Amino acid sequence: MAAKRKTPVKTRNPDLIRGVGKYSRSKMYHKRGLWAIKAKNGGVFPRHDPQPKASAAAEKPPKFYPADDVKKPLLNKRKPKPTKLRASITPGTVLILLAGRFMGKRAVFLKQLSSGLLLVTGPFKINGVPLRRVNQSYVIATSTKIDISGVDVDKFDDKYFTKEVLKKKKGEGEFFEAEKEDKKKLPEDKKEDQKAVDASLIKFIEGVPDLKAYLAARFSLKSGMKPHELVF
Amino acid sequence: MPFKRYVEIGRVALVNYGKDHGKLVVIVDVVDQNRALVDAPDMVRSQMNFKRLTLTDIKIDINKVPKKKTLIDAMEKADVKNKWENSSWGRKLIVQKRRASLDDFGRFKLMLAKIKKAGIVRQELAKLKKETSA
Repeated sequence: MAAKRKTPVKTRNPDLIRGVGKYSRSKMYHKRGLWAIKAKNGGVFPRHDPQPKASAAAEKPPKFYPADDVKKPLLNKRKPKPTKLRASITPGTVLILLAGRFMGKRAVFLKQLSSGLLLVTGPFKINGVPLRRVNQSYVIATSTKIDISGVDVDKFDDKYFTKEVLKKKKGEGEFFEAEKEDKKKLPEDKKEDQKAVDASLIKFIEGVPDLKAYLAARFSLKSGMKPHELVF
Repeated sequence: MPFKRYVEIGRVALVNYGKDHGKLVVIVDVVDQNRALVDAPDMVRSQMNFKRLTLTDIKIDINKVPKKKTLIDAMEKADVKNKWENSSWGRKLIVQKRRASLDDFGRFKLMLAKIKKAGIVRQELAKLKKETSA
């Protein structure tokens, strides 16, 4: 296609109503400047001969023709969009986790990772929730916000959370031993990361009355609480 | 058991159904057996079925279908807003609204406060019990 203009040209022939333009054929001829093009070309419209097509490489006849015509599946060029973050979830929001090991715990939202999952922390000292990824759908956002400006979350991404690939052990004797001693200790640097992230959070949390106890407690529905009427 | 609150011009009523739920309105005229013309400072004068209204104790002094300005002045003179907010019914509604608008942290703090209060009450009760039994 020809090079696109930076701003699309507005039509020279606006519609009066649909199907009827403001200017007649002869007026449009003049507006488009076709008379100038003709004049420049000596009274006729310029004619371009078709450009010689680059000769395609000679195709060899295929060796194998399949017996039945198999349909090729249609091409799929769909790119999934990045997960949209709910407007109520901003960095520093207290989230209620709804499923999994930490069901009901209130954790602090740090940032959304590139996979769409939310990076969350307890803080660990307060409620036992470590730096963890959590899906947005399994979370209720409360309106309580915590100041997160002192925390550096740039180093965390999805790669940080992938499981380590264990080397396979062969042989029966070794097999039983391996199972016994395989307790999966947390590497020290992950513990350090947790402490670094939580330090400034805990300082802020202890400044607000009752907030520490709030984060330590679990959420549960009591009798008479109607989720659709609750304000979170 | 005679009636104490009558439908009359100037009776303040609470709307208990519909778009204007929870509003205080003044009955400014009676249309027929079932409907009244009601008005409030922040709404357009309109008709309402009596079934949508609950009468209150408050009554103001107005003529039939007053102008909006007259109505507002009469409401100021009778101090409807303060009378309502200080009445036990009005206070209950305010508390209900506040409780419904509490967020999760608010509900948690409320729970802590309730527990604390109950603890203090229990302590005092225990003290009194000890005094009477001693």
